[in-house]
Amino acid sequence: MTPTYYLVLSAILFTIGAVGVLVRRNAIVVFMCIELMLNAVNLTLVTFSRINGSLDGQVIAFFVMVVAAAEVVVGLAIIMSIFRTRRSASVDDVNLLKY
Amino acid sequence: MSMQLLAAGPLMHGVVPLGEAIAFWILAPIAVLGGIGMVFFRNAVHSALSLAATMMCLGAIYMIEQGPFIGFVQIIVYTGAIMILFLFVLMLVGRDSSDSLVETLRGQRLASALFGLAFVLIVAVTVGRAFKGIKPANLDAVNAKGGNVNSLATSIFTRYLFAFELTSALLIVAAVAAMVLAHVERTGPKLTQKQAARDRIRSGRPQNWPGPGVLSSGNSIGTPALLPDGSPSEESVLTSTPGVRELPGGSS
Repeated sequence: MTPTYYLVLSAILFTIGAVGVLVRRNAIVVFMCIELMLNAVNLTLVTFSRINGSLDGQVIAFFVMVVAAAEVVVGLAIIMSIFRTRRSASVDDVNLLKY
Repeated sequence: MSMQLLAAGPLMHGVVPLGEAIAFWILAPIAVLGGIGMVFFRNAVHSALSLAATMMCLGAIYMIEQGPFIGFVQIIVYTGAIMILFLFVLMLVGRDSSDSLVETLRGQRLASALFGLAFVLIVAVTVGRAFKGIKPANLDAVNAKGGNVNSLATSIFTRYLFAFELTSALLIVAAVAAMVLAHVERTGPKLTQKQAARDRIRSGRPQNWPGPGVLSSGNSIGTPALLPDGSPSEESVLTSTPGVRELPGGSS
């Protein structure tokens, strides 16, 4: 086994997240899928940090976590305010700009 | 790497210690199963819990990849804070959390599955070939010099200081944005206690609304209370909109 296995695991997790974003209709679950994609990218950063023998990858993974936390806070607030007006968390129901 | 070690099988024993390989082969399937479960569970709470399992596994993987600090931060921030935030919002959004089975665009699920399969094949094969037989320059030397946390702190507060300062601005903006978005502006004047009591008397129903039934068969808020004659009371359960009980005065 080599560190490449971690990269392949990360590719698999990223794909699961991307397919989840495409398939699921619930805005909160779509958001969780985005979190999974961010986690997969973090895994590649940590693995490359180890491959290169430098801590920079871990530092950047740390920053990705900070940005993800901020993004979750704002995104969930948006979902909440949409739910308050539309009484629904489905991405299909938010279609007022459609016609 | 000697011949005997290579003979033990490339899946288990390559350029990393055997213990790490064993840990990886335990954690990686759980992480993948958690991700698949998140996509396939109909109930959003189940999705959130399986995503939490995936994130725990990733935290453990960071630790065996010589990043103990980032591993603990992963567990504390992701499974501790972010997933709890998700669960809070799921509970606020309430019963609507299960997904609809209607396919809005015809053939979209099949197309997504094909896309996912193609994408994972392309990326995994490319990465696997590009980094085949790579020897990691491990972090042992860096981590031994004052420890992982000290080295990370040195890096963050010297080379990445500006980015670190920017994240503080980002966090403040996010907190303010969340407050602005979640804030509800009051449209009418605040109802005083006197006015509320007066409305209640005039509504023709001055007594309390009956609570949901607490029966031996269940204590859910969906269980209607039983009237003295044994018939269920419709007024005791929630009505049309989830989480909102319509009151006669129009306020909720």
